[in-house]
Amino acid sequence: MASVSLQNVSKHYGPHKIIEDLSITIPDGECFTFLGPSGCGKTVLLRLIAGFEQPNGGEIFIGNTLVSSIRKNIHIPPEKRNISVVFQDYAVWPHKTVYENIIYPLKIQKVHKEEAAQRTMAAIGDVNLNGLENRLPFQLSGGQQQRVALGRALVSRPEIMLLDEPLSNLDANLREEMRFEIKELQRNSGVTILYVTHDQEVALAISDRMAIIDNNGSIRQVGTPDEIHENPVDSFVFKFLGISNFIPVTYRDGGVYIDDSKVVLDYPISEKRISELQNDTMIAGCRPHDIRLVRDGTATKGVIKRMAYLGPIVDYRIESGGKEIRVQQDIQDVHDEERSGLIFQEGDVVGMKFLELRWFKSQDVEQERS
Amino acid sequence: MFSRYFKKIGIAEILLFLSVLVLVVVVAIPMLLIFWNALFVEGQFNVTDIIQVLSQKDTYEALKNSIIIAIGVTFFSTILGVFFAWLVSRTDLPLKSTMKLMFLVPFMLPSFIGALAWKILLSPRSGLLNKFIMNIFGLENSPFDIYSLWGIIAVESMYLFPFVFIQVSGALERMDPTLEESARISGANLFTITRRITLPLMLPSIAAGALLVALYSLAHFGVPAILGTEKGIYNIPTKIYEKIYASAGSFQAIRTGTVLSSILVISAGCILYLQSLVLKAGRFQVIAGKSMRPMLLKLRGLKMPLLIFSILYILITVVLPTVTIFLVGTLKTYGLTLTLENMTLKNIQYILFDWKLTKDAIWNSFYISLAAAFVTMIVGTLISYVIVKMKVRGKFILEFLGVLPFSVPGTVIALGVILMWSGKFGINLYNTAWIIFVAYIARYMAFSLKSNSAALEQVHDSLEEAARACGATHWQALRDIVIPLVKPGMVAAFFLIFLPALRELTTSVLLYGPTTRTIGVAIYTLNEDGETVYACTLASVALIIIIVGHSIIKRITRSGMEKVM
Amino acid sequence: MSYVKLEHITKRYGEVVAISDLSIEIEKGECFSMIGPSGCGKTTTLRMIAGFEDLDEGRIVVGDRIFSSSCDNFYVPSEKRDFGMVFQAFAVWPHLSVFENVAFPLRIRRLTKSEIKERTQKALVYTELDRYAHTYPNELSGGQKQRVALARAIAINPTVMLLDEPLSNLDPKLREEMRFEIKDLQRRFGFTIIYVTHDQAEAMALSDRIMVMSPGRVEQVDKPLNIYNKPANRFVFSFLGASNMLPAFVSDNKIYIEAAANAGPVANEIPSHIKGDKLTFACRPSEIELADAGGIKGVVKRKTYLGDIIDYRIQIGDVVLRVEMNRRKGRFNEGDTCCLKFNRLFWYGQEG
Repeated sequence: MASVSLQNVSKHYGPHKIIEDLSITIPDGECFTFLGPSGCGKTVLLRLIAGFEQPNGGEIFIGNTLVSSIRKNIHIPPEKRNISVVFQDYAVWPHKTVYENIIYPLKIQKVHKEEAAQRTMAAIGDVNLNGLENRLPFQLSGGQQQRVALGRALVSRPEIMLLDEPLSNLDANLREEMRFEIKELQRNSGVTILYVTHDQEVALAISDRMAIIDNNGSIRQVGTPDEIHENPVDSFVFKFLGISNFIPVTYRDGGVYIDDSKVVLDYPISEKRISELQNDTMIAGCRPHDIRLVRDGTATKGVIKRMAYLGPIVDYRIESGGKEIRVQQDIQDVHDEERSGLIFQEGDVVGMKFLELRWFKSQDVEQERS
Repeated sequence: MFSRYFKKIGIAEILLFLSVLVLVVVVAIPMLLIFWNALFVEGQFNVTDIIQVLSQKDTYEALKNSIIIAIGVTFFSTILGVFFAWLVSRTDLPLKSTMKLMFLVPFMLPSFIGALAWKILLSPRSGLLNKFIMNIFGLENSPFDIYSLWGIIAVESMYLFPFVFIQVSGALERMDPTLEESARISGANLFTITRRITLPLMLPSIAAGALLVALYSLAHFGVPAILGTEKGIYNIPTKIYEKIYASAGSFQAIRTGTVLSSILVISAGCILYLQSLVLKAGRFQVIAGKSMRPMLLKLRGLKMPLLIFSILYILITVVLPTVTIFLVGTLKTYGLTLTLENMTLKNIQYILFDWKLTKDAIWNSFYISLAAAFVTMIVGTLISYVIVKMKVRGKFILEFLGVLPFSVPGTVIALGVILMWSGKFGINLYNTAWIIFVAYIARYMAFSLKSNSAALEQVHDSLEEAARACGATHWQALRDIVIPLVKPGMVAAFFLIFLPALRELTTSVLLYGPTTRTIGVAIYTLNEDGETVYACTLASVALIIIIVGHSIIKRITRSGMEKVM
Repeated sequence: MSYVKLEHITKRYGEVVAISDLSIEIEKGECFSMIGPSGCGKTTTLRMIAGFEDLDEGRIVVGDRIFSSSCDNFYVPSEKRDFGMVFQAFAVWPHLSVFENVAFPLRIRRLTKSEIKERTQKALVYTELDRYAHTYPNELSGGQKQRVALARAIAINPTVMLLDEPLSNLDPKLREEMRFEIKDLQRRFGFTIIYVTHDQAEAMALSDRIMVMSPGRVEQVDKPLNIYNKPANRFVFSFLGASNMLPAFVSDNKIYIEAAANAGPVANEIPSHIKGDKLTFACRPSEIELADAGGIKGVVKRKTYLGDIIDYRIQIGDVVLRVEMNRRKGRFNEGDTCCLKFNRLFWYGQEG
């Protein structure tokens, strides 16, 4: 069990800057996720911590040991860091059986034969592969191969475990299952986990804390999943964590409108917000689940463009003030509402009550678009 | 502690340097010497000589013949290859898997042995088949004369069409069937689909195969040597041979040889360049993701006739010559009719155990080819590792040097090796087995590089990195992970170099000395000396070795593949 | 008015019966989906309709023409069926431009040059590809390639469109967009759609009726909402999404979950269609609520925060139930005791 600390780390390939001046500390025993879009540099970050790449600047500590520093000319190779890695393509060796795959780290470390055998069988049990010890990888399914990779990573009792998008090649059901298994394993063993992914569902599900990384390799926000979801620090984070609506809002002639349309935005707005709006258009961010639809009464008006039953939810695309707004109703609410006529059809005029809006400056959001 | 020092020097850089050195010595210098020799006389740039050489009647004729033969062979091979590939992959022809195997057999058999068989069958006066047909139809003159351009074209086509067949049938089988199904549902019948969809998409594969055939034919010695020289029909490799042997290696002859070689290399280079253009233009994603059965044409009424045709084709082009070789090899004297009383097993005994000439040839071929295959395999693997896995600047030199020999015909390699190792740099290997050994390494290095690179590329970086994440050093990862995974590929490459080297003729025919004949050379010279029966006996032995060798490869690669799949 | 009729279709592959006695009538202008796990026979059925596969038994009738008949060994060749078809891997020809791809079926039908040009243009405009008429497929994205396939299929004004998992190779966002585009095209042109997919959300969003298949069997055919609200059996229920399914038994006119009998009865009425003492309890995670009182008691074993939704695992007795709640309603934390209120329960026989 060890902590991981990156201080002012930079990495570039030629003129291409991947990571610039990044600092973060992950305490011992935490399950920490780097979440960001493809190509943002999160995999490079993982490889720097593992030691497969060297940073161009800054220092990396594992526990109290300095493992990488170009200034001090120190680079401890991966095999000497007490880490283990689970790769996106599992990297399970095709010519070795499940047992041989998992026992390998112990053989390299010259662990005593009996102890090695015992720990290997324990690891096989931990990842639910009992009975499959003598199978070769081509005889296993994708999920089973992934467990071999996990078992192999755990058996050496590493200080930190690095996982690089290990679930992306699995189908949806299996992904859910494995999410939980990884979390269980982490809780039981207490190992520090660094997880890298672009899938916010996985990140939210398993992390104690997470960092959102943008396309330029910078950290936008660090916090618990709850914190980040409730209080996204900017529109990039907001957009990344789920389906989002971005509604331009302007203040004109004493009223608050959607964009430059005549549609009035029906939402309690503070004085402070109004003065901000007087300076410039702002963008209101809203989740599809945070909008209630009503037939009458004061509410922001719109027209249903599309409606689709998706089983547990009803999905609407609503046109309002020239913008398309997405709304999702839980079927539970709809059930009651069906009787009170709150399922809408295409073409219906509808009122939207916003339960919560988050405000962003329009320049910020424009930046994200480009 | 040691490793820290090595890191400073850079093991990768050392390996790169060594690899470049090997390739330069083995491959680049011989090639350069050829060009040098062709263009410079006594240190002075001289083009008039070149023009003079080219305008001499016999060299000019040889050039013309080479082109005619190459065009003819390419044409017929392509037709045969495409036709049979289509038949086997896209129709409901019965016995398909047997057919597929049979169509690949010509690949395994040396074409000069085929030429030998056809000479026996269709030489104008004494050809067995000719005599047979003359008897049946009561003809005065023999209907076929194998000693002709047509003869050469026919025999070469028979043995080279598998190049096209393999490419096209592979492409047809891997092609996404929905590409054709969508055409079907759009209203196109089979004819239209084949014409407007299938064939255009197959063009890159057809072209790839056809160009390979052209390349091979231009550079080929054996068939024109056996079927052409009788009547004075030469192509470039046989012309070079003739000049050098007629003049016992005179300076002028070698010069002519280098000029002709340069032309060969340039044409080969052009062909390869054309091929890369075609491949680049046609880089279509036609490979299917889901495995679905491709649309099969129902032959209905044509089924039987086409089946019979295919079987006949195989019988005539594969079985007949092979049987002829085996039978004639057992005759007590050439010219006797093929009856049991005229046959004896003593010939084989003689060849294998009593006659020094053949015993030596077999032994030479074995140990030279084994050594060359072994060295090429190891060196090839090392160099491939540098190219594929190491992050060093200057890798492209290796890649370039590695592919060079592909375009260089065996004759040219032989010539280059003669120029380099006949005393020029203080080492004289001429007339020894060593010179053949070096020539083989040059010849087959490109193949080893290609095959090993392909195998290495299959070993994803993450497999090595996973090992290092488990605590293994770079070397341990190599030992435990990389090498076991490329071993099957390496072994396959070994056999795929060993077997062709064992039976090859084109290169060793220019390099052999009195005691260093190879099997190919021995068969050829026996035939030249009129010892047709013994030529056939030795050829039978060669065929048996080849067949056994191929079955061993199949066994090894299959079990190797299972694990790595 | 039924337009496409499958009558007692059977298809075998050697020993395996892929489709068994399937009969279906599809209305003109309907959007009809076949869904099920891989290997259930949905693609095979579509291919038989397209004419790529023969039938071992039965007939396929379109309009008033017999297209496939097993007993008469009569099959209208695929190229004469005048269907539009879109494949999962797009099947766009790489050596032809977008224009040529779309014009291909029109050229086959030997229309005049100007007609070809006009109809191709129209199809390209409808699929928003007119800018790309002279580009080649390798320069297009997945979504654009799929539109080329669509344009090519609608260019001939087909009466029936066959779609074989057309959106599976696209990324999730694009999949949603394309669903709407397909629906729009159907509205504009009025063709019948026969759609195959393994994604039940997609089928629900697009279809007028859905046929749920399991290997070799048809499990249910109905409107999407009916299938969702009244799944015919356990297979359909669990195929449609996350589910809690547990063995239950009847005692004293109440129903108890076997592994959680001590928690108390989950229902006080026996549904009329249940015979016997043993049955299966089925409930959707999104149709269970957690409250302070008013239901059987359970303990929160796990609370996972999934953004808008909270995923709860609640332990009752020896078994763990899955509950999904909107995050605004997720007050309970790990270790808390809570009560489960079932908003809707489904009951099936023991072997459903």
